[in-house]
Amino acid sequence: MELSILYDRLRWEEKAIAEEAKKMEINVSLIDAKSHPLILVGEDGLTNSKFGDVVLERCMSHIRGLYYAAVLEKEKLVINSYKVLSLTTNKLLTTLTLDRANVPTPKTAVAFSLESALELADKMGYPLVIKPIIGSWGRMVACIRDRREAEALFETREMLHEPLQQIYYLQEYVKRPPRDIRAIVVGDEIITSIYRYQPEDDWRTNVARGGAAVLAKLEPGQEEIIIKAAKAVGEGVLGVDAMESERGLLVHEINGCVEFKGASSVSTVNIPKRIVDYAVEKVKR
Amino acid sequence: MKTVCEVCGGDIEVPDDAIKGEIVSCPDCGSEYEVVEIKGGEPILKPAEEIGEDWGE
Repeated sequence: MELSILYDRLRWEEKAIAEEAKKMEINVSLIDAKSHPLILVGEDGLTNSKFGDVVLERCMSHIRGLYYAAVLEKEKLVINSYKVLSLTTNKLLTTLTLDRANVPTPKTAVAFSLESALELADKMGYPLVIKPIIGSWGRMVACIRDRREAEALFETREMLHEPLQQIYYLQEYVKRPPRDIRAIVVGDEIITSIYRYQPEDDWRTNVARGGAAVLAKLEPGQEEIIIKAAKAVGEGVLGVDAMESERGLLVHEINGCVEFKGASSVSTVNIPKRIVDYAVEKVKR
Repeated sequence: MKTVCEVCGGDIEVPDDAIKGEIVSCPDCGSEYEVVEIKGGEPILKPAEEIGEDWGE
């Protein structure tokens, strides 16, 4: 059995997974997506055989990882699959998928021009949240408090001339405690959960922005929602983010290449080992 | 292991257990480099990719 870890920028997580695999005496290869082209249609002497029986897709670039998985899963077992990544990479598609599966999620709407985005924002009411549909770590996620801020922000986005920035994904500002929940789901099990407390100078809770990880104990009803959310996008290794609101738990995001350094610092669960165990189990099946 | 930053000439410390793909940064100017390989105890670096709009988890 050989496990390949696909990366484009080696993080603590990829090294931790590789180390655990080695401890389990599994052959492990770290493969840089940037320097390994893939064959879509065969050519003499060229194959994608350098990859092991199972590939953990761990690229930091969502787009690179998404298309790499699309090509590679023609021949190999890839975790997460292209289907899962296509839904988790894109917040708009994640929201649609969660809603279709009756998973509680924040009220969200989308506009495709500056003018209609302003109209929409006025109708939704302030404060509200704008997020890029592709992106992470809370980057370019903003809280808009009034029409003036909406105008300034939308105009700036318009001037970026980036097609994805012209998609105005607007979400209600959910009243919640100064924290959210990050649950790490492997297969059909929540292996650990943390609260991410927002730092004093930011409303965002992302650990990448200074959010503090504290071990969480979820109620059975909350666990049920998290599992339902994970199943909605498909099985894999996922980071499900949810907020405690007056309407109960609302799932707002699912991460298809979950970072777990913060969770590992407070959890007693060996997260990288559980990921390797899952990959091994999937190969056996 | 040590090497020199190609941007500012500062000393970059590369951990002895560094592996291919790892990112190191220059303590003086902050430039980031990716470890290409370790050859005979000498680290070979290339400028790391800049953060992209689609980067994350």
